[in-house]
Amino acid sequence: MGRWAAAIILALLALGPFIPMAGMRQYVLHVVIQILIWSFIGQAWSLMGRFGLVSLGHGAFLGAGAYTSALLWNFFGLTPWLGGVAAVALAVALGFVVAYPCSRFGIIGHYFALVTLAFGEVIRLLIIAERDWTGGSLGLTLKAAASDSSLLAVQFTDKRIFYYASLLIWLAGLWIWRRLDRSMARSALEAIGEDETAAASVGIHVARFKIGVTMLSAALTAAGGVAYGQYITYVNPETLAGIGVSLRIVFAVVLGGMYSLLGPTVGTALTIALSEYLRVAFGVRFIGMAETIYGLVLIIFIIFLPAGIYGSLRNALLRRGQPRPSGAGVVQA
Amino acid sequence: MVDPIFLLEAAINGVLLGGILALLALGLNLIFGVLDIVWIAYVDLVMLCMYLVYYLAMIQGWPVWLAGIGGVALGVLLGIAVHLLIITPILNSPPVNQLLATGGLLFFIQSFATFLWTTDHRSIRLTLPILEVGGIFLSFARLASFVLAILVMIGLYLFLTRTFVGTAIRAVSQDRGAMALMGANPQTIYLVTSAVGGALAGVAAALLSIQYSVHPYFGAAFGPITFMICVLGGLGNMVGAFIAAFILSEIISIGGVLWSTEMGYVIAFALFIVLMFIRPGGILARRER
Repeated sequence: MGRWAAAIILALLALGPFIPMAGMRQYVLHVVIQILIWSFIGQAWSLMGRFGLVSLGHGAFLGAGAYTSALLWNFFGLTPWLGGVAAVALAVALGFVVAYPCSRFGIIGHYFALVTLAFGEVIRLLIIAERDWTGGSLGLTLKAAASDSSLLAVQFTDKRIFYYASLLIWLAGLWIWRRLDRSMARSALEAIGEDETAAASVGIHVARFKIGVTMLSAALTAAGGVAYGQYITYVNPETLAGIGVSLRIVFAVVLGGMYSLLGPTVGTALTIALSEYLRVAFGVRFIGMAETIYGLVLIIFIIFLPAGIYGSLRNALLRRGQPRPSGAGVVQA
Repeated sequence: MVDPIFLLEAAINGVLLGGILALLALGLNLIFGVLDIVWIAYVDLVMLCMYLVYYLAMIQGWPVWLAGIGGVALGVLLGIAVHLLIITPILNSPPVNQLLATGGLLFFIQSFATFLWTTDHRSIRLTLPILEVGGIFLSFARLASFVLAILVMIGLYLFLTRTFVGTAIRAVSQDRGAMALMGANPQTIYLVTSAVGGALAGVAAALLSIQYSVHPYFGAAFGPITFMICVLGGLGNMVGAFIAAFILSEIISIGGVLWSTEMGYVIAFALFIVLMFIRPGGILARRER
């Protein structure tokens, strides 16, 4: 049944841009593209988060990635295809710089969260401080390509191209998540998340796995940042680096459920849909109301549904499917 | 090259800033030491108290010191409310969820403040003199807040060491389990700690509001540096946080004069990360391995 449902959803997503929606098409596509790209970033975060490596500084990778490719394009005219590779390489390097000492010196839990938070702020403030070429807090607009659709510049006026590109990116993210989920690395990382000393004592190379998963997560996050920058053709330190966006990524994932494949997507879709709805409903009259409700919903969720919406639903369904629940199904708390 | 007199001025301003930052960090650290939870939204609570101080002083026309006391009262109430409404239900949840719940509170307070009071900067217009000592200009407001902050910290020290409740608080922060075995009720201690932490937030708010204008993103501006101080000093370690506050504030202040304010913060945060790697348990921690 799951296979069929997946096929139907995929077919709907693939046909999405051709469903008649009167004048709403551009807007709906815009929202869906954002959901897909941010879900991908959320998945990248959850690769680490689900193993207890809670990073509050993923904005660092996002911002470093988006700015690298944007700056290379604006100043050297380097195509974002290569710029993206450079961005991912930089993010991997940054991921290593953070993860190596953290795992070497046993910085875990609260300390890891706060070190990464500081790291995210360093990147944000560096972008602002180097305002001569990054545009500071005003952000940076990508130079427009010569024509309307340029594959070289990865700029298209037709939203459908971005729609399919982000769909592919999202699917790639799901695939990577699934690959990791079914690998030995997952068991190793779970053991590390439970108890590092115990994991090391059964022969798991703790540092190698932690550094590896951090670098993977950083690379994917940077790729997501590049994709988002290309789509919006504008990068800004507040929306792509620092605490604000880092927490936003984490919240979307936690809301959906970080332990399940589709959790990040469900969470991101809900948060983006909620903020879009509130924005449309309230307009500019109640600035801040959308975020207020958002924050409140988050607190309530974390208190009452710690496994997230999707995770809790799935657990409930699993428990129903089994005639006698022997406490299984509710693994996470 | 920068005139040495500016550097000296920056260094003194750094000390004055350090006093306030130390106070902020101590409140957060006290709560962490006892409850083992980082209140990510701590500085946002400070911001709410600052709004009340502003309201009482500028709209209601109260004298500033009385408005400040009002801010402290609100701080106590907020501390208790946060503890009962948000922290109590998740006391035994994994640390991730605890971090995120208070992070959700941060979002909530920040945007609710934007909603209620817009993003305007509001400041208490006090005409306090600027002192000039040998070519160095010092703001009286900063000096006064520094002295008050130090006094409050001495008061906190006496409270923690000389009173029964204070001793109980220190006992819980040393060993949560053993405290219950001694017949003390940890729940009460938690509540008292949160109230004291809230009161410290209120004091910090009163002292900050005579130097800085308040706006909804005040917490975002002062929050990160406060966490850094706590972690650098060793979470739960009061003396460490006190020292760390002055180290970081000096870097910010002097870096700000030499390069730019952002670079001051960048250097401070970068140093924080490096120090974390060298001394993961905080600057005063003994290496155990």
